[in-house]
Amino acid sequence: MNDTKSMLEIRWHGRGGQGAVTASKVLAESAMSLGKYIQAFPEYGSERQGAPIKSFTRISEQRIMTHAQVNTPDVVMVLDPTLLSVIDVTEGLQEDGIIIINTQSEPAEIRGKLNLHGRRARVYTIDATGISLKHLGKSIPNTPMVGAFVGVTKLLAPEAVAEDFRKKFAGKFKEEIIQGNVQCIMDAAKEVKSE
Amino acid sequence: MPELLALTGNDAVAYAMKQINPDVVAAYPITPQTSLMQKFADFVADGEVDTEMVLVESEHSAMSAVVGSQAAGARTMTATSACGLALMHEVLYIAAGYRLPVVMPVVNRALSAPINIQGDHSDTMGARDAGWIHIFSENAQEAYENTLQAIRIAEHPEVLTPVMVTLDGFIISHGVETVQIFDTARVQQFVGEYKPAFTLLNPHKPMTLGSLDFSDFYFEHKVSQLQGINYSPKVILEVGREFQRTFGGDCCYEHFEAYRMDDAEMAVIVLGSTAGATRMVVDDLRSRGIAAGMVKIRTFRPFPYEELAATLKKVKAVAVMDRSLAYGGDGGPVHIEVRSAMYGVNNAPLMANYIYGLGGKPIDLVHIESVFTDMQQAIATGKFPRRIGYLNLKE
Repeated sequence: MNDTKSMLEIRWHGRGGQGAVTASKVLAESAMSLGKYIQAFPEYGSERQGAPIKSFTRISEQRIMTHAQVNTPDVVMVLDPTLLSVIDVTEGLQEDGIIIINTQSEPAEIRGKLNLHGRRARVYTIDATGISLKHLGKSIPNTPMVGAFVGVTKLLAPEAVAEDFRKKFAGKFKEEIIQGNVQCIMDAAKEVKSE
Repeated sequence: MPELLALTGNDAVAYAMKQINPDVVAAYPITPQTSLMQKFADFVADGEVDTEMVLVESEHSAMSAVVGSQAAGARTMTATSACGLALMHEVLYIAAGYRLPVVMPVVNRALSAPINIQGDHSDTMGARDAGWIHIFSENAQEAYENTLQAIRIAEHPEVLTPVMVTLDGFIISHGVETVQIFDTARVQQFVGEYKPAFTLLNPHKPMTLGSLDFSDFYFEHKVSQLQGINYSPKVILEVGREFQRTFGGDCCYEHFEAYRMDDAEMAVIVLGSTAGATRMVVDDLRSRGIAAGMVKIRTFRPFPYEELAATLKKVKAVAVMDRSLAYGGDGGPVHIEVRSAMYGVNNAPLMANYIYGLGGKPIDLVHIESVFTDMQQAIATGKFPRRIGYLNLKE
């Protein structure tokens, strides 16, 4: 039960080290600047490099009551395409939900892999790894995925998310890394592909 | 001006500690310590507080250093979690026995064995009779506000009793949510300056702590220790009301929150983070004409027996939720207290206990709904399906 449609529930799938937890928080904090209430939390376990992990974001018009898990997400974000053969990333996805996957494949091809034929859920793809390699020189697909999320949902302007990222990490990262991530967000918002 | 920030529960409590700006903080800097103390250590390193930070070699030593420092007249805090609290156990009684107004946030987590680092209430329930006041928090906002109020409660001259403020491990401690942080100057005005009436380092009023006390006066001293915690309910309410007046917050400032209880026929009793989901289930049932209610306990020690009995005697069925087990006891510790509160009440409601969430086992709306379904059945048949049930347990 997503208590009302005024709350958006997002589930992030990634592997330890790809930044899914950070992505869930970056998106939540950006949504706060719109005056929304937020939650962001990982599925708690012992974090290991490369192991499948989940993280969650809730964005709501009203204060968020529940601290239960997200079981019926509106949006599923998959940072690693190799997870598709390991876990059912569509589990609990709302009938009219959205799934955004980091892959070079086309959305139609992914729909087949996900067994979503005949379902209303919308499938989007983005080469987040490629974008991350281009701007950061390594594969950290989390900020491109945040960019793809806002590109699809239009919940926030990519510029606003990029600005929040800059504020949050100024002083923690070098300017070139911040600029690289900003570029990741902006490019992914534009390049995300629909069916 | 208050500001809205995206903070974990741990960050929110560390922020409270920063605003309190304690004279001394002693802490064990390794697991089971949490990011709460890590964040506070950042404030110390960045010069944002004046606190003398003492890093020690164990949690037993942390509480020992806290006791020494507080007895010397310094406002002193620490924080811990899980087996860290267990290792402090001996010294918890000493802080309470010396009537030292120590405030300690505790991130509620499971105890070994088997090894588990996730959330449940086993750790602080093990310390329920150590003489401390226990205040539970539903969310990061309450953890922040309870920590600020705890200083005033503990240091009240008629109370002088240590306080632990708890927050559910991982669910609250490591989850980011929207937290309203109040203006530091106003917070510091509310918390006030620490002016202890008795300190070890005052040569004009010499005193002894840690003396031998055999059968001649030990019993008398332990009974006199009750005065502080028995006086505290009044102070907890006064401090809560003043906090609400000052900052305009809308958290729970009572000993418990009675949600939609005025005309309820059935009530779930719950501690901590599960209250939010329970409130949602209550609202949903109400929209379908079912007279559901919830009681969220905020102060577990001292336990609000009389007020709770007055609230519960009007309902037909009560389900007590426990996130820990009292092995060999009657289910979980909250259940034991609520049964005790209802003894002697005429036409007392039917009651059952539901154990849930040990070691971080998820609790979803469906599980809470199933508890209300059991209560409806109990009201219809005069009997709960079982005295003690287990939610989301693989059988």
